[in-house]
Amino acid sequence: MSSVEFRKDLFREERDDNLQEIGKPTRRQDILGHVTGRSPYYDDHLFDGLLHMRCVRSPHHHARIRSIDTGAAERMPGVIRVILARDVPNNLNTLLSLINFGKDEEKLIQDTKVAYVGEPVAAIIAETDRQARDACAAVKVDYEVLPHVLDPEEALSPQAPVVNEVYPNNTFDYHDLYDHQKLRFGDVDKGFAEADHIVEGEYQMSPIEQAPIETCGAIAAPETNDRYVCYTSTQALFFSLGTTAKLLDMPSSRLHFIGGTVGGGFGGKVDSIVEPLSVLGAVLAGRPVKFMWDRTEEMQVGAPRGAERWRIKDGVARDGRILARAFTGFFDAGAYTRLSSYAIIKCSAHLPGPYTIPNVAANVFCVFTNRTPATAMRGFGITGVDFAIECHMDKVAEAVGLNPIELRILNAYRDGDMKPHRRLAKNTALIECCQVAAQKSGWSIGAEAARQSSLLGGGGPRAEIPETVTDMAGQIGERRRSVIPTAPGEGASARGNVPAGTQGIPIVAAAPQDEDMIMDPSRTGYRGPSSTPTRIPEAAIATDTRPQAAAPASPPPPAARPGPVAPSGSSQVLQPALQPALSPPAPQASPEPPATAPQPPAPDAASQPYKPEKPFSRGVNRPGVSRFLSGSRRR
Amino acid sequence: MMAKTPVQFSLNGSSAAVFVDDAQNLLDVLRRGVGDLTPKYGCGQGTCGSCTVLIDGEPHLSCLTLAETVEGRSVETTNGLAAGPNLHALQEAFMENFAAQCGYCTPGMLMAAKALLDRTPRPSREEVIEAISGNICRCTGYDPIIDAIMAASGQATRRTG
Amino acid sequence: MVTITTVDTLQEAAASSGQGSSLLGGGTLLMRGVNYGDQDVSRIVRLRQPTPLAGISSEGERIRLGAFATMATIMKSGDTAFLHPVARAVGGPAIRNMATVGGNIFAPHPYGDFAVALLVLDARLRMSDGSEMDLDRLLPVRDTETRLVESVSALRPAGDDFRFLKVTRVKPRGASVLSIAAWLPRRAGRVSGARVAFGAMAPTPVRVPEVEAALEGVNLDQNGIERALQSVANNLNPPDDSLASGWYRKAVAPVHLGRLLLGQGTR
Repeated sequence: MSSVEFRKDLFREERDDNLQEIGKPTRRQDILGHVTGRSPYYDDHLFDGLLHMRCVRSPHHHARIRSIDTGAAERMPGVIRVILARDVPNNLNTLLSLINFGKDEEKLIQDTKVAYVGEPVAAIIAETDRQARDACAAVKVDYEVLPHVLDPEEALSPQAPVVNEVYPNNTFDYHDLYDHQKLRFGDVDKGFAEADHIVEGEYQMSPIEQAPIETCGAIAAPETNDRYVCYTSTQALFFSLGTTAKLLDMPSSRLHFIGGTVGGGFGGKVDSIVEPLSVLGAVLAGRPVKFMWDRTEEMQVGAPRGAERWRIKDGVARDGRILARAFTGFFDAGAYTRLSSYAIIKCSAHLPGPYTIPNVAANVFCVFTNRTPATAMRGFGITGVDFAIECHMDKVAEAVGLNPIELRILNAYRDGDMKPHRRLAKNTALIECCQVAAQKSGWSIGAEAARQSSLLGGGGPRAEIPETVTDMAGQIGERRRSVIPTAPGEGASARGNVPAGTQGIPIVAAAPQDEDMIMDPSRTGYRGPSSTPTRIPEAAIATDTRPQAAAPASPPPPAARPGPVAPSGSSQVLQPALQPALSPPAPQASPEPPATAPQPPAPDAASQPYKPEKPFSRGVNRPGVSRFLSGSRRR
Repeated sequence: MMAKTPVQFSLNGSSAAVFVDDAQNLLDVLRRGVGDLTPKYGCGQGTCGSCTVLIDGEPHLSCLTLAETVEGRSVETTNGLAAGPNLHALQEAFMENFAAQCGYCTPGMLMAAKALLDRTPRPSREEVIEAISGNICRCTGYDPIIDAIMAASGQATRRTG
Repeated sequence: MVTITTVDTLQEAAASSGQGSSLLGGGTLLMRGVNYGDQDVSRIVRLRQPTPLAGISSEGERIRLGAFATMATIMKSGDTAFLHPVARAVGGPAIRNMATVGGNIFAPHPYGDFAVALLVLDARLRMSDGSEMDLDRLLPVRDTETRLVESVSALRPAGDDFRFLKVTRVKPRGASVLSIAAWLPRRAGRVSGARVAFGAMAPTPVRVPEVEAALEGVNLDQNGIERALQSVANNLNPPDDSLASGWYRKAVAPVHLGRLLLGQGTR
């Protein structure tokens, strides 16, 4: 039986105790619909002449498609239309292209090569679900089976089969420079040298299916105003809308998306796979089309929380203080990126967990394998590594002979501490959590640990950013040529330094692309970013602390490629401050930020203000920038 | 041309008649043929329970029931729980006990619970757990659901949260 | 395309069976296949009125179960009290209102836990042509058998001679990691003529003669059962599926058999 206890004695000073709802039973506003069975899930909309869509799916992990014979299927009773790759107007996408993160790499329907079991190679629309299934069974696909790779570290081997041609190194490209996401804070090697114990561990998490009771699906139908309505189970209505518009090369103004009532999502309903197919079906058939995954599809092709493998190396002082922690992480993205790339950005900003450790480094890889593509699930990017971290904390406690709860309290972050992503910790509560957990479970902790508080002892020297050692190991493509180590700092031929107290590389905010994007303080109440160079606020710089260049070697800052950057405001893609080929990183003595003054975007043709020929439809044509802009344009 | 078979049955006390396709299951017929959208599709294989309906008073999985086998029988769904404007005690108790999050498993849970209370008006907590053991709630609100069923049977609930 | 043929008797059903035809019992497995487009099912043969074949009757020291008797029917009958825990282990209440004894005998891995119990109860089948057949002879050839099962007769065990256990990942109900049934008649405390059967440990429910032999003449204590436990892994080669690997099944089967034999895990 669960029970909730509110510990209002903790952090009493931090809030007015006037919360009238929290801690009190309340009625959900949608509960009447739920108990009467009348909440309108996407499938609870009736259409005359509804057609049913099913997919022909790959039985192989990895295979070239020699030919697809749909002749027999087309002649089967009830079959309205067979849809192949050539019927998809713009058949290449990556989900996060809507926020300009990553390259288009996944087809809605495959025609050349399948890269995971269940990848669709055709879709069939028929009068009944059973007829569509029977027709799918009659489609003959001639496959040439290819070698496959199912383990992320095997996928990094130079001999590994290429899973995804857009990323021929089997890794997502971070910041156009590395085959992994870096986090550097202080000098872990120095920390290891000072430590009394080195504690290493490896942790592996399997994929987890979100398994909502309502399977993913959508119903699309032509409306009378030259639009298509789409009822969908999506958790991300505008992702689904934008993705559909892009794949179908259709102005989003012609798409009328209705969502909001979701029969469980937990992260598994953001990938926007079913909506483009159902709308395409409605376009091609001219009738309402339902595309609803069955349970087997939900389990087999529904993108799960991906598998993760973590190696953690800690340098620990005799008294239990963790002096250095290095992570090597592998996210198994499956065959296509979906959201794994971004999960790693978020994950890296979370490291090393809720602890204050003076030296932290991480290399985190987003690896492509011939598995079902992975996506979001509750605790996106965090849950797996937290499992690894907490297992490892127990291992450390054992190594130094400390009570594991006391060890956590000893190393816990406190208000005012600097985190490796270079944001100060605030509203920390790990110490109090540990104390209450110990008390509730009858686990005794010493008086010293019981006296600690998240509010005390933080800040001061713990708020400082240490001098940080950087390296340039693991550049894109390097690993294809030879085996190089994956752990932070290992195999690095050149090292650099970011001086103490320095946050990182300044970047220039993207200039407004159009007049309507200029911030109007009187309207928004927000004065906007200062016009001086912006310090990179958080994860990005810290997680991508590439060597600081000596000023003269730097090419001009990002003027050449203004505009769209990383997902959301929490992390920014950095323009390379240094081309590795040009000069090795030079240690920099000056604590000054790089001298090159940021410049406003040069008025070259590529960065002319965006003037759409059709509103919200086609996007801009700029090299390296998604032509579809409904997400980024209004950022 | 696909064969259509006429099927007549009682749905929540009213007479229903519909033509069914060969091998069409009851869930599909209720939803698309009759227009009762309260039973839900969750798996089509009898593992989730969200399509649970009562046939002659006993819980059955409508997705695994060949539609024509309900000829002349009585079918109950969540649509028939309320009496006019008055909700069933189970519905009230589910509302009061926060026994639904996404709500998708709720109609199946309600029917499984109704089958229990119709036969065992004051069940033990263990009997309640047994009665809903074929129904999956993925938002994992089992405790509030069990509390709600106990409350609907007029027994004190163990308040959660 | 699936067509439906409705018939009045089991004999008619047997006569009209053929390639792609399946007899509808409770529908829990057949309709699942139909829903998922199983291309091996093109015709459903159904009885207009299955009730006459759904009865339970006492026949001296044996009990006869109609092939269409459901798990719920078995749980309601006082004659089958020893089978209540077995029937209760099959699905939730809705499944038990539908799932039949006959269907369970043909249920593919990992289903068919009721048949595991029948195996140790010396189950004899009455077939649609009036002939009789032992269950353990049917199971290996069940996929090609064209006759239909009309009823099953099983021994009625005494005291705690009959034991059953099902291991699932999900509580309180789930599909089998494995199930074990044992019939353990004893003379002066020593086992004599034991039968032990496993579900989900082979393509069909199976008895394991080596385990049965190792129990002959022993006391049901830790020492007595040791040899039987050791022989489990050597004589079973369980399949992998999404619930458990064969390796895992093999590793835990002796543990659960031990609990069953020692009376610690009977459910």
